[in-house]
Amino acid sequence: MADVQENKLTQSQIEELAIHLENAELEAYEVTKITDDFPEMTYKDAFDIQWEIRRRKEERGTKIVGMKMGLTSWAKMAQMGVEHPCYGFLADYFSIPDGGEIKHDELIHPKIEAELAFVTKAPLKGPGIHIGDVLRATDFVMPAVEVIDSRYKDFKFDLKSVIADNSSSSRFITGGRMAPPADLDLKTLGVVMEINGEVVQTGAGAAVLGHPASSVAMLANMLGERGEEIPAGTFIMIGAITAAVQVNKGDSFSVRYQDLGTISGKFV
Amino acid sequence: MNKEQILQCGDELYEAMVQRHTLRPFTERFNDITIEDAYNISLRMIERRVAAGERIIGKKIGVTSKAVQNMLNVHQPDFGFLTDSMAYSEGQEMPISEKLIQPKAEGEIAFILKKDLLGPGITNADVLAATDCVIPCFEVVDSRIENWQIKIQDTVADNASCGLFILGDKTVDPRKVDLTTCGMVVEKNGQIISTGAGAAALGSPVNCVTWLANTLGAFGIPLKAGEVILSGSLVPLEPVQAGDFMSVSIGGIGSASVRFV
Repeated sequence: MADVQENKLTQSQIEELAIHLENAELEAYEVTKITDDFPEMTYKDAFDIQWEIRRRKEERGTKIVGMKMGLTSWAKMAQMGVEHPCYGFLADYFSIPDGGEIKHDELIHPKIEAELAFVTKAPLKGPGIHIGDVLRATDFVMPAVEVIDSRYKDFKFDLKSVIADNSSSSRFITGGRMAPPADLDLKTLGVVMEINGEVVQTGAGAAVLGHPASSVAMLANMLGERGEEIPAGTFIMIGAITAAVQVNKGDSFSVRYQDLGTISGKFV
Repeated sequence: MNKEQILQCGDELYEAMVQRHTLRPFTERFNDITIEDAYNISLRMIERRVAAGERIIGKKIGVTSKAVQNMLNVHQPDFGFLTDSMAYSEGQEMPISEKLIQPKAEGEIAFILKKDLLGPGITNADVLAATDCVIPCFEVVDSRIENWQIKIQDTVADNASCGLFILGDKTVDPRKVDLTTCGMVVEKNGQIISTGAGAAALGSPVNCVTWLANTLGAFGIPLKAGEVILSGSLVPLEPVQAGDFMSVSIGGIGSASVRFV
């Protein structure tokens, strides 16, 4: 991302756009993608908007509980018409317990994705982080389901718009079993997603950038571009192994993971 | 269809396979062709292969994924017979340019049986108890029907679009792996092209074998000890040509690779 160091928007524009997008999230309404009105905005601007949303939430006492990667599969990038993965943060109220209920009315047009999450035991600071560094710094891996909910109309966006929108983050569920990475074959680890008892998606870890750990490495390297690091103890979701599947009120789902148990939930 | 037409179609398919040319879909030529007619055509085609010296070594299950079922507008799988001349081993080159017409590769789990299974009444528990081992497998399907313009009767008649298959060199006890969640990664020429998991085939590869045992049981045909059973693709079909290299890895089971020439 070439223009990652440069701003085209003013600080007050960044703050206004952060309020605009965060309100859409908090009140669950659609907006048009922000690059329509600000075609000149840069990747630096987009990340600055996301970090401003994060700052606003923390200022109100919301705790940031982890990070997520998005658009990490080649299929997903092609589907959304973007050319690079992105990251976002996870706020405390995003977390739903395994077997819990997700309030559909609090969201706009949610979709679910089967993912894995890494929890680190040592800091990771890019540039130059590779899969080996990630595996060494990983305490354990656990299954996760992400509920994504773009604030943009019809889930249509470009990369800069989605970055500013905290990479469509909205809810997540963890569960099942945890395991040290040495006990898992992360590349071939299979997942099976069922909605209302019907198998709707299957996949394996390699769908995420060839290996799930490479997603965490990319996060460390992208954060490194801003001088940020991944501290020890960070919870990181790696991005979708399966395609994102639209869910409706009343739908229940369960995702089974090879060697890592099951996660389930319901949209009410 | 009458007996004569069925024999004629089976012979046409056999000749098409040997001479590597395609046929017009049977469903266009015979409006009233039933699935049962189609199976009888496939039996004639196999009879010709056996008469030419091939030996039946197993069976395959096809049309196991929702995507293919929707495409063909059927809501059940189909089956075909495997012969010794279709089987290749890990590391061998597969001569698709000499033997096949319009090949497509799919990643599967193969079952090797140690006991006969005769339906009806076979359950998943019976299948697991009768399975000696599972092996990673590439099946290269092919169609003797022009441009793969198949309806269910066309593919059933054409021995479930059987082509060639290659087995990996590692076997795993089915008790040691969760066949529903085991993940599959398929690479072509060094690039990951698809991933899937066991549940992609009728919810589980075991369900597929159970379906086959019960379906063939209705005709009095058993799955026999020692047979290879290909349980159905877990990923989308991939067209291949000479020069391609593919590998499939299955979580907890192993991998198989194949070079197409």
